[in-house]
Amino acid sequence: MNEFYQHLINGLVLGSIYALIALGYTMVYGIMQLINFAHGEVTMMGAMICLTVLNAMLGSSGMPHYLILLLGMGTAVIFCMALGFTIERVAYRPLRNAPRLAPLITAIGMSIVLQNIAMLMWGKRPLNFPDIIPIARFEILGAHITNVQIVIIVSAVVLMLGLWLLINRTRLGRAMRATSQSPALASLMGINPNTIISVTFMIGGGLAAVAGVMVNAYYGPAHYTMGFMLGLKAFTAAVLGGIGNVAGAMFGGILLGLIESLGAGYIHKLTFGFMGSDYQDVFAFMVLILILVFRPSGLFGERVGDRA
Amino acid sequence: MTMLHNSLLQRWPQLKQDRRAVIAAWLLIALALALLPFVTDAALGRSWVRIVDFALLYILLALGLNIVVGYAGLLDLGYIAFYGVGAYLYALLASPHFGLHLPVWAILPLGALLAAIFGMLLGAPTLKLRGDYLAIVTLGFGEIIHIFLRNLDKPVNITNGPQGVNLIDPISIAGINLHQTQQFLGITFYKDYLYYYLFLTIALLIIFICIRLQDSRIGRAWVAIREDEVAAAAMGINTRNIKLLAFGMGATFGGISGGLFAGYQGYISPESFILNESIIVVCMIVLGGMGNLFGVILGAILLTTLPEALRYLGELQQWLFGRIVLDPADYRMLLYGLALVLMMLLRPAGILPSVRRKRELQPTPVVAEHEKDTVYDSTR
Repeated sequence: MNEFYQHLINGLVLGSIYALIALGYTMVYGIMQLINFAHGEVTMMGAMICLTVLNAMLGSSGMPHYLILLLGMGTAVIFCMALGFTIERVAYRPLRNAPRLAPLITAIGMSIVLQNIAMLMWGKRPLNFPDIIPIARFEILGAHITNVQIVIIVSAVVLMLGLWLLINRTRLGRAMRATSQSPALASLMGINPNTIISVTFMIGGGLAAVAGVMVNAYYGPAHYTMGFMLGLKAFTAAVLGGIGNVAGAMFGGILLGLIESLGAGYIHKLTFGFMGSDYQDVFAFMVLILILVFRPSGLFGERVGDRA
Repeated sequence: MTMLHNSLLQRWPQLKQDRRAVIAAWLLIALALALLPFVTDAALGRSWVRIVDFALLYILLALGLNIVVGYAGLLDLGYIAFYGVGAYLYALLASPHFGLHLPVWAILPLGALLAAIFGMLLGAPTLKLRGDYLAIVTLGFGEIIHIFLRNLDKPVNITNGPQGVNLIDPISIAGINLHQTQQFLGITFYKDYLYYYLFLTIALLIIFICIRLQDSRIGRAWVAIREDEVAAAAMGINTRNIKLLAFGMGATFGGISGGLFAGYQGYISPESFILNESIIVVCMIVLGGMGNLFGVILGAILLTTLPEALRYLGELQQWLFGRIVLDPADYRMLLYGLALVLMMLLRPAGILPSVRRKRELQPTPVVAEHEKDTVYDSTR
C-alpha cells in the first residue's frame, strides 16, 4: 500500500502546481472567453527568471539562501505579471472586435515568440535548479514526503485561498465577477473592463511564475520548451473543473495531478507491460477528450457546450 | 497532344483577343513549370531543385490545412500529425522494417484513408464545441502522435522508436524508379527532377480539387459556417458533418503528402513531425492569405525558400566576421511567431487576401464606432 500513498502524495504536489497554472487560464477565459495559449510560456519564463536571479545572487552576495530564494521568486512574479500585462496589451486588446480566429492565431504566435526568446537568452540546454534547499524527508503512512513537497502544497493552498478571498470578498473581486458576467453592463456600473482584464492577466501571470519556480525546484531542469506541456495540462485541468470557474480550476488541477501520478504509476500493470511511464503525458490528453465528449462544461461548469 | 495543338492552332484566328491572351499566359506558365527544375539547377544548383520539391510538398500541406483553417475557419494546430501518419504508413508498408514492399498506388490511398479516419476520430468529439477547443485538442493530438511514434518500439517494434525508419522504398511509377536518373529523348532527368514532376502533378490535381470545392455546395457551406455558424445551421446545413468533412479532407491531403515525403526522403524519424512543423504550415496560410488558394501557395513557397536563402546570411557573417554571430536557423521560429502576431494585427487577411475573408477579418466600422467605449460585443 506504500506505493499507493506515494503516488497519492506525488499526485497532490503535481496537482497543486497544475491548479496554479490552470487558474490563469480559467480567469482569463471567464472574463474574455479566450484561451491564452501563451500562458504556459509565462510559466516557463517565471522559472527562467527566478533561476537567473538565484545564480546571480548565489555567487556574489552572502545573503542567506531563503532570502535569495524569496528574492528570486519575487522577481519572477513581478516579471511575469508585467509579461501577462504586455501580452494582453500587444496581442489581444487590439483584436477584441476581430473574429475569434484572429486572437487565437496571435496567441499561438506569442507563445512561439516567447519560447524562442527564451531559447536565445538561456540556450537550448536544460538548466538545473541550484542546490540551495537542504532536502529533509518525512515519513507518512509508509510513504516519503520531502520538505519541498510540503512547501509546494502549503503555498499553493495559501495562494488559492488568497485568490478565493480576493475574488469573493473584495471590491476588485466583485468587479472581476461583474465583468465576467457582462463587460458591457459592468462598464455601466463604473467598472473599467480594460483595467479588470489587465489585472486578471497580471494575477494569472504571477501565479504562473510561482508554479514555474515550483516545477523547476521540484521536478528538475528548466527548459525553453517546458511551458508547452505544462500549459496543455493546466488547460486540461481548467476544462476538467469547468473552464471559467475558479474553484473548478483548483479542483481540476489536483484531480488531474492525481490521475496522472496514479496512471503513470500503474500503467505498466494496467496494460500488462505494454506501455511504460513514457506515456504519462498521454493521460492528460485522454482526460481532455473524455471530458469534452461526455461533459464539455466540466465537473463544476454551469455553462452549456457552445458557451463553455 | 499534337491533335490538341493542331485544333488550337486552327481555331486561333477565330478566338477573341482576351481569350488568346489567357491561353498564351497559361501555355507560358505551363512551359515555365516544366522547365523550372532545369533552370533552377543551372542557376542555383541541385540543392535548390530539392528545395523546390519540398516547397511543392509544403504547398500540398498548406492547401490541405487551408481547407480546415481557410475555408471552414477551424484552427488545427496538430496538422503535421496527419502528415506523420501518412509518412509512417508509407514507411512501414514499403521498407525492410516489416519486409513489406507494397506499390505506391496501394499505399497513398491507404495513407489518405488512415489520415482521414484519424481526422474524423479527433474531430468528432471536438467539432460540436467552439473553435478554441479544437485548437487545443489538435495541439495535444499532434504531441500525442509524436509520443507514440517515438515510443512504439517496445514491447513490439512498430515504429522503430526515435531512430525512425530507414531504407524506405523509392516511389516508382509504371516501372520507372524515381530515385534513379532516367533518360528520355536524350534529356537526362535526375532524381530530384523526376520527383518534381510527380509532386507538381499531384499539386496541380489538388489545386484543381480545391478550386472546384471552393464554389461547390460544400465549399459554400464551409464559408457559411465560418462566418456564422448559427445562421448556417438555420439555413439547413448540418454543421457538424460539414465541419467533420473539412477536417477529414484536410487530413487526407496531409496523409498523401506524408506518403510522398517518406518515399522521397528515404528515411523518416519522429522528429520530422513536431509542433513547430504544424506552426510553420499555419504560418504559411496566415502569411499568404487564409482562404485564398494563390495566397496559400505563395505563403508556402515563401516560407520554404526564405529560410534557405537566410542561410546565405550565415555565410555572409562567416565571411565578414570570421564566425557566425547570429545563426539564422535559431531565429527562424522567432520570426515565424512574430509574423503570426504582426500579420494578425496589421494585415489579418494575408499578403494575397481572399476577397470575402478580407471583408470578414476587418471589424465592421459601424460596430467599431458603436463599441468604442465598451469593451466588446456582449452578444458574442
